[in-house]
Amino acid sequence: MSAICIDDLRVAFGELRVLDGLSLTVERGEIVAVLGPSGCGKSTLLRAIAGLDVHPTGTIAVAGDVGYVFQEPRLFPWLNVEKNVRFAARSPEEVARVEAVLELTGLQKARATLPKALSGGMAQRAALARTLVRKPSVLLLDEPLAALDALRRMQLQEALGEIIATVGATAILVTHDIEEALYLADRIVVLGGSPSRISLEITLPSHKRRNRDANLTAERSTLFHALSGDELRQEESA
Amino acid sequence: MRRTLLAWLVPAAILVVWIVAGAAHWFAPDQLAPPSRVLAELGSLWQRGLLQQDILASTVRVFAGFAIALALAVVLGTLVGLNRAVERAIDPTLQAIRAVPSLAWVPLLLLWLGIGESAKITLIAIGAFFPVYVNLVAGVHGVDRKLVEVARVLGLHPLAVATRVVLPAAFPSLLVGARIGLTQAWLFLVAAELLASTRGLGFLLTEGQQISRPDEILVAILLLALAGKLCESGMLAIERRTTAWTDGLR
Repeated sequence: MSAICIDDLRVAFGELRVLDGLSLTVERGEIVAVLGPSGCGKSTLLRAIAGLDVHPTGTIAVAGDVGYVFQEPRLFPWLNVEKNVRFAARSPEEVARVEAVLELTGLQKARATLPKALSGGMAQRAALARTLVRKPSVLLLDEPLAALDALRRMQLQEALGEIIATVGATAILVTHDIEEALYLADRIVVLGGSPSRISLEITLPSHKRRNRDANLTAERSTLFHALSGDELRQEESA
Repeated sequence: MRRTLLAWLVPAAILVVWIVAGAAHWFAPDQLAPPSRVLAELGSLWQRGLLQQDILASTVRVFAGFAIALALAVVLGTLVGLNRAVERAIDPTLQAIRAVPSLAWVPLLLLWLGIGESAKITLIAIGAFFPVYVNLVAGVHGVDRKLVEVARVLGLHPLAVATRVVLPAAFPSLLVGARIGLTQAWLFLVAAELLASTRGLGFLLTEGQQISRPDEILVAILLLALAGKLCESGMLAIERRTTAWTDGLR
């Protein structure tokens, strides 16, 4: 069975239809990046999968636990890093995993630090660690690196790729960054139109995945045109 | 050190004016007692063991009333802050009760509860409740919706969301309310003790007035100021220790 199976997903906020008949299947261990212009419903898709107040119609089937990482770290400011991670633990096994997760995310030295004293990258690592402590089989990543500077974003992309591979999770990564999608994803899905549906899908050959030196010129160009075209159409219709 | 000195500047000035006023006989002796008289009276009351009884009686009343107020305010403030239906149902009534001046409760409480401790403690609880309640409701309303969403994504039970996310996040507001509430408790204590009591700092005030002893009145006023200030400083210290995580200016 696939890790995520979405069929004919529709979401509307009152009169405004955001997603219209979106179908997407994600295999176990696959990383799918979702690209699209702002407001196209990328986050809405993740919220619908996580069951967060968007009232979708259609079917969404997810195998196993879902972990959600938001664009902002959303750490509990009164808890230090370790206690933030421990917050998500439900069982003794999950509490016992806190240590390993701190190590995996490179946070052992920052364990006693309060969120207000963390850099953006460290805070986002802590948010990821908090999610990972439950060993979710599906990770929903809602532009988790968008607020970081370019260098830190690239570093964290590599860390994120390794971490997802290590825990063997399936992931949907929402991003507006073509390079991030090209680096991290096995498959890239572009949302477009209004209301949105999948306008383009690219599967990257395995030798080009998680490889900064891969020649991705053709893919980059295809994505660029798909996204720009959509933007133009939106401007014309507006 | 400099900050401490600065804080003593105004009290020192008041003391000087007080001494001068006494020495220059600006007031009749039965209106204003000089500091030396007040100090002597304080020593005399203490030696006779009366002052200790008054301080103890008042302190017990204040903290009993405050504890009841705090418990009620935490429960009601959290419910009202979290649930709009509960807010609509009880907040208007509570706000109306809040608008009643403290002294207006006294006759009713005496009628209902008699002149014993329960009437006094109830009055103090009424006084201490509202600052805690109002601040906590505001604090809960101000809790970052995004943090609550994290708890919901993690599948926390609504009760766990309240105790593990909402209350800790609103804790700084709760403490501000508790600090004001405790001060308020001392204010309402005097209202309670002025009317019917045989012990306590408020009683000392009434007695001093009845037997025309300004020194006794001033002893009570000084002790009330001291008690209020001590409570305020204690609460501030708790606030500083427990809310170091906030990212504000201070």
